[in-house]
Amino acid sequence: MQFFSGSVDSTPSPAAPPGTASGLSGNNANMLYIFNRNGVCLLYHEWHRPLRTLDAQQDQKLMFGLLFSLRSFTAKMDPTSLDKGNLGVPLLPGQGCSFHSFRTNTYKLSFMESPSGIKIILVTHPKISDLRDSLRHIYNIYVEYVVKNPLYIPGSPIKYVRKH
Amino acid sequence: MDTNDSLRLASLWHSMHAISQQLSPVVGCNGVELLQADNFDLHCFQSLTGTKFFVVCEPGMLHMEALLKVIYELYTDYVLKNPFYEMEMPIRCELFDLNLTQVIQKDRVSLLGR
Repeated sequence: MQFFSGSVDSTPSPAAPPGTASGLSGNNANMLYIFNRNGVCLLYHEWHRPLRTLDAQQDQKLMFGLLFSLRSFTAKMDPTSLDKGNLGVPLLPGQGCSFHSFRTNTYKLSFMESPSGIKIILVTHPKISDLRDSLRHIYNIYVEYVVKNPLYIPGSPIKYVRKH
Repeated sequence: MDTNDSLRLASLWHSMHAISQQLSPVVGCNGVELLQADNFDLHCFQSLTGTKFFVVCEPGMLHMEALLKVIYELYTDYVLKNPFYEMEMPIRCELFDLNLTQVIQKDRVSLLGR
């Protein structure tokens, strides 16, 4: 997870103990979600999440729903195109104006959708700059080690062994 | 975009604002401030009473928070202080429209001057 630390601004957040995996990324990255096009959560991983309002399944459903609505919102809101379709109609990947991140005062959510409908979501510290390259990197890892794995059944959650 | 569409978008934005607070990994989240889409940026400002203002602009524009604060000021001055304005109703106040246009024009001029 070294690529998170490279893109962060100099923030006054307390320095993490070096070497510990949770300390290194826990400062900047909070959660990672990977969804497929049917809304199945293939991977959920969290590094640092003190607040939990819902159970895991509800949380993933809510996240997918939020992305779905935000996608149709941005497609409808887009001031540059005239042909926008109707609000609430499911959009194909790449159709209409999409978004790549949003920021609140406590976190930043970066989003990427591949042409096959794989959605990669990374929740990080709000001061972190553009993460589109990191998301593409994660997508490459997914393609290399998940899609090309002959034992992997498409649409099933990704099982992995965490190495420190 | 017609009135129905803007109402639908407003209610969608309102619920997404609320959901984003629920999904926060740490406490004290106040909802979406900036949404970066492929073709535009959306800056949102929520007043203490829950009224949301958002401005849609070119990607990478700066000082939109200040503009939103100015618009909020205009709203309090020309809408809330208008004795004929009914709360929670669409804004039809001439002075507000006039001053809003002026602020946006000024913003555009200062942009061109840079």
